[in-house]
Amino acid sequence: MSGWRAILAVAVAAVIAALPAHAAEIPTDARRSGTTFMSSETKAMQDDDSANPGMLSVLDGEALWNAKAGDAGKACADCHGDGSVSMTGVAARYPALDPALGRPVDLEGRINLCRTRHQQASPFGNESRELLALSAFIGRQSRGQPITAGDDPALAPSVARGHDLFMQRQGQLDLACANCHDDNWDKHLAGSAITQGQPTGYPVYRLEWQSMGSLSRRIRGCMTGVRAQAYDFGSPDMVALELYLMSRAKGMAMETPAVRP
Amino acid sequence: MASALVNVPAKAKRGAVIEIKTLMSHIMETGYRRTAAGELVPRDIITSLTCRFNGAEIFRADLFPAIAANPFLSFFTVATESGNFEFEWIGDNGFVATASAAISVE
Repeated sequence: MSGWRAILAVAVAAVIAALPAHAAEIPTDARRSGTTFMSSETKAMQDDDSANPGMLSVLDGEALWNAKAGDAGKACADCHGDGSVSMTGVAARYPALDPALGRPVDLEGRINLCRTRHQQASPFGNESRELLALSAFIGRQSRGQPITAGDDPALAPSVARGHDLFMQRQGQLDLACANCHDDNWDKHLAGSAITQGQPTGYPVYRLEWQSMGSLSRRIRGCMTGVRAQAYDFGSPDMVALELYLMSRAKGMAMETPAVRP
Repeated sequence: MASALVNVPAKAKRGAVIEIKTLMSHIMETGYRRTAAGELVPRDIITSLTCRFNGAEIFRADLFPAIAANPFLSFFTVATESGNFEFEWIGDNGFVATASAAISVE
């Protein structure tokens, strides 16, 4: 972050920190996807499948879906069949409970569990091209479907944990997620819209990153921004926060692969 | 794994102006960035896109380091006859990728 942006961020943070936290959740009918905060040019890029760079990742993911991997010599398609049929609505309900682990895992975690358990292959690295491609391909099959994550009653403790983390002030700037994304989403931070933090389009193609990135990466960016220690990829707290964000967006339409500025 | 998305109208009327859109998967590393250790990241970009229609070149673009990753280029042409568009991207480190698309002109 350049010097002036850091100073501005601190100044804005100081103003926000001085405000009382409303702790008021966004009413269901006032929820807005990040798309509605974007310029018309970025929206056009997202809406045109031949201009949306996320679709390149989806194409890669489709190839990986059908490629045999690991000591078991099995492809995703060997168990799950045609991904465009079997994966409809799946990404919309993640993070979901893994019974063997006894805790929720996000979609990236699920893909890597499938690799180690069923393909006997090594897991993909965090934010690797392959992992993002497969999650983009799977996410694409839920485009337009309503988010259902968190419906499982067994997930209630994790949703509650995620909610607590969302409300908890942290980092040197002493900001909670809620201070920006519940209380000030209609304002700007430097030149950028704050947005409500609705995770409708992950993995997204982010123009700032010049690449695809997962929800975990986005959250870690926010946490670094408030000078907090970012949660590790796939850690229980990271997944709980992702799960709370998805349950907070329940019923909103999936947009994967979204484009974000 | 190079992948391209090419969007050409499948049909067009003779004499119509048509838009052709291309999206190519590439990191477009500028050659000006440094790693945390201070070492220069070597340049790795696409340097040209050529489009041929039925063998004749109709569009060519040179690309440079300031162009964003996954370059999207679109251009217009006039539909004269049915045929095949062939696209070729050439870049650093021997990068070559091709794609093609057919159009039927009535």
